[in-house]
Amino acid sequence: MTANHPGEHLLRRYARGDDDIAADELWAVEAHLETCAPCRGRLAPDPLATAVWADLAPLVARTPQMPRARPWRRLLHGWVSPAAGPWLAMMLLVTAAAVGLDQAGTTAGGQVPLVLLVAPVLPVLGVAASWGRSFDPAHELTAATPRAGLPLLFRRTASVLAVVVPGLAVAGLLTDVAPARWLLPCLAFTVGTLALGALVGITRAAIGLVVAWAAAIVAPTFAFSRMPIALDAAATPVWAGALAAGLVVIAARRMAFTRLEANR
Amino acid sequence: MTAPTTYAWEIEARGLRVKAGRRMAVDDVTLTLGRGVHGLLGPNGAGKTTLIRALATVLRPASGALSLLGGTDLREVRRRTGYLPQEFGHYRRFTVREFVAYVAWLKEMPSRDVPAAVQRAVDRVGLADRADDKLKTLSGGMVRRVGIAQAIVNDPEVLLLDEPTVGLDPAQRLRFRELLVELGADACVVVSTHLVEDVAAACTDVVLLSEGKLVFQGTPARLAAAGTAEHPGDSPIERGYSAVLATRRERGSW
Repeated sequence: MTANHPGEHLLRRYARGDDDIAADELWAVEAHLETCAPCRGRLAPDPLATAVWADLAPLVARTPQMPRARPWRRLLHGWVSPAAGPWLAMMLLVTAAAVGLDQAGTTAGGQVPLVLLVAPVLPVLGVAASWGRSFDPAHELTAATPRAGLPLLFRRTASVLAVVVPGLAVAGLLTDVAPARWLLPCLAFTVGTLALGALVGITRAAIGLVVAWAAAIVAPTFAFSRMPIALDAAATPVWAGALAAGLVVIAARRMAFTRLEANR
Repeated sequence: MTAPTTYAWEIEARGLRVKAGRRMAVDDVTLTLGRGVHGLLGPNGAGKTTLIRALATVLRPASGALSLLGGTDLREVRRRTGYLPQEFGHYRRFTVREFVAYVAWLKEMPSRDVPAAVQRAVDRVGLADRADDKLKTLSGGMVRRVGIAQAIVNDPEVLLLDEPTVGLDPAQRLRFRELLVELGADACVVVSTHLVEDVAAACTDVVLLSEGKLVFQGTPARLAAAGTAEHPGDSPIERGYSAVLATRRERGSW
C-alpha cells in the first residue's frame, strides 16, 4: 500500500515547514506519515521523544495534580443555585422562629398561626435568591449558557421547595396546622413568582408579591386580629386556580428565562 | 484543521437595533465578522456592551436580523459561544477549578471532557498554580483571568469579551494579547475595549461604534491612516480613532 516512501529531501522540507511544497505533495506526505511508522521514525529519531520528555518532566512536577473530584458538590449545584445557600438556611431559621413565637402564644390575636403567614413568602425569597439579578452575582454569565431557561429554573425552584416544604411540614405538625392550609398558598406564590417573573423579572416579581402579601393579608390580620378569608379552607379553589393560571403563563413565556430580562 | 463550515460569517447582523432600558443603545448596525480578533472600540455609552450582550443572545434585538454560526438553534449556538460580561460576577466560595467546571456544566459539555478542559483553560490563563484556591483569595487581575478561563473552557467558535483587560497589569496585558492572537486563529473573537493600543497590537479588525451607530470597520492600519497630525492622540491609531469620531461629533465636546 505504501510502496512509495517520500524522498529524504522532501521529508526534510516537510519537517522544516517549508511553505513552497505543492499542496498535493504536502497532502501525500502527511497522509503517508500517518500510516507509515518507519517514515515517522526517519523524521523523528528516538532521542527526540526522550528530549521532549526531559523538557516536560519538570513542568509535570510543578503543575498541581488534580484533586479528587467531589461529585456530591457537582450534583448539589446542578440543583441548588450556588448563591442560594445562605438564603435557604435563613428560611429554616424564619420557620423555626415562627414556630417558637406560635408556641409562646404571641400570635396575631391568638388565632392566626404565624407559620401560615410566612409560608407563602419563604419560597418567593428562595426563588429570587436563585435567579434574581441582585442575589446571584453570576446571573449574566448563567443567562448566556445553553442550560439557562426553564429547566434550570425549575431545578433551582425544586431545590428551594425541597428545603421550605419539609421545614413547614414540621412546623405545621408542631403548631397543629393542617398541610392543606399552607401548602397551596406556598406553591401558588412560588409559581406566581415565576409567572410574574417571566413578565417583569424575578426580582421585581418577588418584591411585588411580598409587598402585596404583607399589605393585603398580614397587616389586616394584625390590625383586626381575625383570620383572613384568603387563609380559610374555603379559599382552596382560588389558590388552586391561581396555581394553574401561573403554570399557563410560565409555559407561554418560557423563552423569557433564557434572557437577561427575567433576572431583573 | 477544523471541519468546513456551512456559513460565510460567524456573526452576521443586519439592521440590528437593541434597546438598553428605554434607550436605543445599538441603532441600525449592519456588520459581518468572521474568524480573527475584532476590536470593538468606542467612547463610553457608545453601545459596546449592549451590542456584545445582543451577540451573547442575552438581550433580544428590538428589530433587525442576527445570525450566529449560521443560525442554528439558540442552545446549539450557546454551546459554541464563550462570554465574559463586563461585570464578571462569580461565586467567591468556589475554587478556580470548581467555578470553571461549573460554567462547563452550564455550557452542557460532556462530563468526561470537563476535567481536562478545565485544566487546559486554567493553564492558558496562567493560573495553574492557583487552581485550587478559592476565588475570594485571588487578586482582581487573577479574577479577571478566571473570567477569561471560563469563557474559553468550551473551545468556543464565537468568543465575546467585554473589557477583558480591565484590572490586568501591563505584563499580564501583553500575555493576554498573545492569547488573543492564538484564540483568533480558529475562532471569531470580539473584544470590547477603550484601550486603543490593545486593538493595535492584537486585533485583525476594528469595529468602531459611536452613539449606537457603526462608524468604521476595517483593519487597524486603515484606522491609523484616517488620522492626520492635527488630530489628538499619542499614536497613529489613536489619531485615526479621533479623526473618525470627530467627523460625527463636534470637536472638543465630551
